[in-house]
Amino acid sequence: MNATPTISRWSFLGYSFTAGAFLIGTRLVPGGLIAQTVRPGAGPLWQAGVYLGIDVDGSVAIIAHRSEMGTGIRTSLPMVVAEELEADWSRVRIVQAIGDAKYGSQNTDGSCSIKDFFEAMRIAGASARTMLEQAAAAAWKVPVTEVVARSHTVAHASSGRTLEYGKLVEAAAKLPVPDPKTLRFKPANAYRIVGKTVAITDMDDLVRGKGTFGIDARMPGMVYAAIARPPVLGSKATRVDDAAARKVTGVQTVVRLPEASPPYVFKALGGAAVIADSTWSALQGRQALKVDWSDSPNAVFESASFRKKLLDTVHAPARPLRVMGDVDAVFASGARTHEASYYTAMLAHAPMEPPAAVAEFRDGKVVTWAATQNPQEVQSSVADALGIKKEDVTCHVTLLGGAFGRKSKPDYVVEAALLSKQVGKPVKIVWSREDDLQFDYFHAPAAQYLKAAVGQDGLPTAILMRTAFPPIGSLWNADEQYGGWQAQQGWTEIPYRLANLRVENGPAPAHTRIGWLRSVASIHHAYAVQGFTDELAALAGADRVEYLLKLIGAPRVIDFGAEGVKGWKQDDPRHAFDTARLRRVTELVAEKSGWAGKKSGARRGYGLAAHWSFLSYIAAVVEVEVGERGEVTIPRVDLAVDAGTIVSPDRVIAQFEGAAVFGASLALLGEMTAKDGRIQQTNFDGYQIARINQAPRETHVHLVQSTAAPAGVGEPGVPPIAPALCNAIFAATGQRIRELPIAAQLKGSGSGLGFRL
Amino acid sequence: MITLTINGERRTFDGDPATPLLWVLRDRLELTGTKYGCGMGLCGACTVHVGGEATRSCVTPMSALEGKAVTTIEGLAAPGREHPLQAAWKAHNVPQCGYCQSGQIMQAAALLAAVPRPTDGDIDSHMAGNLCRCGTYQRIRAAIKAAAGRTA
Repeated sequence: MNATPTISRWSFLGYSFTAGAFLIGTRLVPGGLIAQTVRPGAGPLWQAGVYLGIDVDGSVAIIAHRSEMGTGIRTSLPMVVAEELEADWSRVRIVQAIGDAKYGSQNTDGSCSIKDFFEAMRIAGASARTMLEQAAAAAWKVPVTEVVARSHTVAHASSGRTLEYGKLVEAAAKLPVPDPKTLRFKPANAYRIVGKTVAITDMDDLVRGKGTFGIDARMPGMVYAAIARPPVLGSKATRVDDAAARKVTGVQTVVRLPEASPPYVFKALGGAAVIADSTWSALQGRQALKVDWSDSPNAVFESASFRKKLLDTVHAPARPLRVMGDVDAVFASGARTHEASYYTAMLAHAPMEPPAAVAEFRDGKVVTWAATQNPQEVQSSVADALGIKKEDVTCHVTLLGGAFGRKSKPDYVVEAALLSKQVGKPVKIVWSREDDLQFDYFHAPAAQYLKAAVGQDGLPTAILMRTAFPPIGSLWNADEQYGGWQAQQGWTEIPYRLANLRVENGPAPAHTRIGWLRSVASIHHAYAVQGFTDELAALAGADRVEYLLKLIGAPRVIDFGAEGVKGWKQDDPRHAFDTARLRRVTELVAEKSGWAGKKSGARRGYGLAAHWSFLSYIAAVVEVEVGERGEVTIPRVDLAVDAGTIVSPDRVIAQFEGAAVFGASLALLGEMTAKDGRIQQTNFDGYQIARINQAPRETHVHLVQSTAAPAGVGEPGVPPIAPALCNAIFAATGQRIRELPIAAQLKGSGSGLGFRL
Repeated sequence: MITLTINGERRTFDGDPATPLLWVLRDRLELTGTKYGCGMGLCGACTVHVGGEATRSCVTPMSALEGKAVTTIEGLAAPGREHPLQAAWKAHNVPQCGYCQSGQIMQAAALLAAVPRPTDGDIDSHMAGNLCRCGTYQRIRAAIKAAAGRTA
């Protein structure tokens, strides 16, 4: 345990752009979870590990090392620390970490913040609480077993003595750190913060317009940039005529960015940048730029023909990923069969705050404030682009105005850093909505083909399923055409117990940057699997809930290796796929939605879907009304959720309410298209996202009370929505929707959906 | 030279009169509570009040604001006070990421000023121009009704 000097006073802790550095986020704490620091000239400050500090006045600072994009994680993980610390929540300040590997992964995606850090936060809090108890016991010369910490105070019951945490900090800081194995954790039924409704730490700021997002970050002397980027991936600026741009009031200069070449990863795309003294001038200047672009092989990308290509691909034999029994033999046996093809359109993330950052390159180092899901990736990507060490990139993390996976990719921060180096000033970059939609890392368009043989009981005896979509792996290897881990999501991981199953993945080339969007490939795979399941249930004339439960079969923990998945390895047995939990949420959503008493028909329908993703079990019932002109309204969504242990139930409920809107939005409206390699949608008129009058009217979230290991929350609500909605439309109208978006497919609809106001 | 008031303070502007109010608020006055979302009046993130009317600042040129009174989210409530909508937003834990919420609140405030007891239909039609990608709509509706003195 080393004492290390602090470089900033306690009073500078906090969410401030004026402080040069955060107290705790600037030093590498060697080994272990607990370290001590001495604050020269200002008394001791006990820094109980990388996540926690306590001052002599008892103030507690807890580090939020994950990014806040709306999930509430900036509050939820500190709640766990405070719970085990026995802290008074009102005396806790939350401090956002800079990017630093000492915190462990800060890559806030994959719905894993609570899953991966719940234990670390418990240990941090319990370690500090134990040391405070030990310090009090020593002061009173009583056995530590006789003292107890509660709400910022250690008490000795038999003598009635108490000491506040602040009074114990100096002594506690000198004690050895307990072995985590010796720690005593609070039982869940003693929790006073975890599991309760706690307002997010930024609440008051957010309702007053005081929250600081990436778009709001400022650095002294900064200039503003707007970039004309290659309109087709791979094209390059062959000629830049900036004469008119330079005449725009406020424009200072026009500079070129290095052209990116594959693999694109998180590189700046290149192009020409207008540097100005305001955002508006930069945008006006860019409009006045005249740039000629070279051809690119990606100019072949055209959405209608690409859709056909994907559908052709899934109608031909492809790479097998999971094989049980012999589906071909069953199909050849004369069994009754049913087949269907599904297609989902390309999607954009479209967070309300577009990508935004400010960066300064000075003396070989970069300081940036960025709306990023992954500040350590900012360090790496900026360092690679500028040829400096990642330790010389300081990334401060602002609030994120939505992200959904887009802000894991720091190409926009790289742009700001590259431009700052060129112009010698801090550069602020705010992507316009047009930039955001045209240069996204898109959710891939995808196609599936499914074929089932059906037995006398209406249940499938064999299923063949194929998927094809341009993979995320193409970011790292432009030639990659197979889905990798994305082909597992909701696809090889299908939970139905079948004697004959063949799961395949066909190739698909990427012509844009492909990225991960909230719930990733589970979006299209849950849509196809749960839609096809509804088709089979309809053929059988079966109740959807009963049919789905039969398909899932008797409760089992799935060993995918034993069930035909090549090379399967169960990483964490606590998170093995337990079908009893999928059955339970299915039964729960049926009960809570009043499924048994609902009658579909007469243009009102109820649809079911269940899906396991990000280690959580979700079932959805969507109620839909379809008007005579094809207009769709969604009066109610019920979601049953088993995400294991829940830290912040209100925020979990909020994530699932939001997922219902996100899922309904992509199902009803979501479609990005390309022509000649260029993206055709430029703003919210072309790429529509659900509005208050289009979104589900009421979403009821039913949480399963659980002490199982915490699982994902941010993403897993999305996948079941689209299939449950389309299954409900089938129940209401008899029309099967096998392609998304639904848009104008409904019979009776005119030029598009006429939403009821 | 354009003279106007912003949150009760007299301001003059001598730049390009075509500059949208949004960028003057954000870049010049550092009133960053008003957000950029689309630049075309399609998303409502930039909503402020001009003469009490909900207005998209991203498509409102400074030239249109001579003599006008502009209120932003920072000026919605007097210092140290809270607009009933802000209190309701907190009570219903409306924000997720929070980015669109300034615009949502400003839009809702204009609604309540005009229609103190809005119906669900009033709320939907009045708020349909304000996008929320996180999907907080049902809590927005509940909070507006609560602020209007009705239970959700």
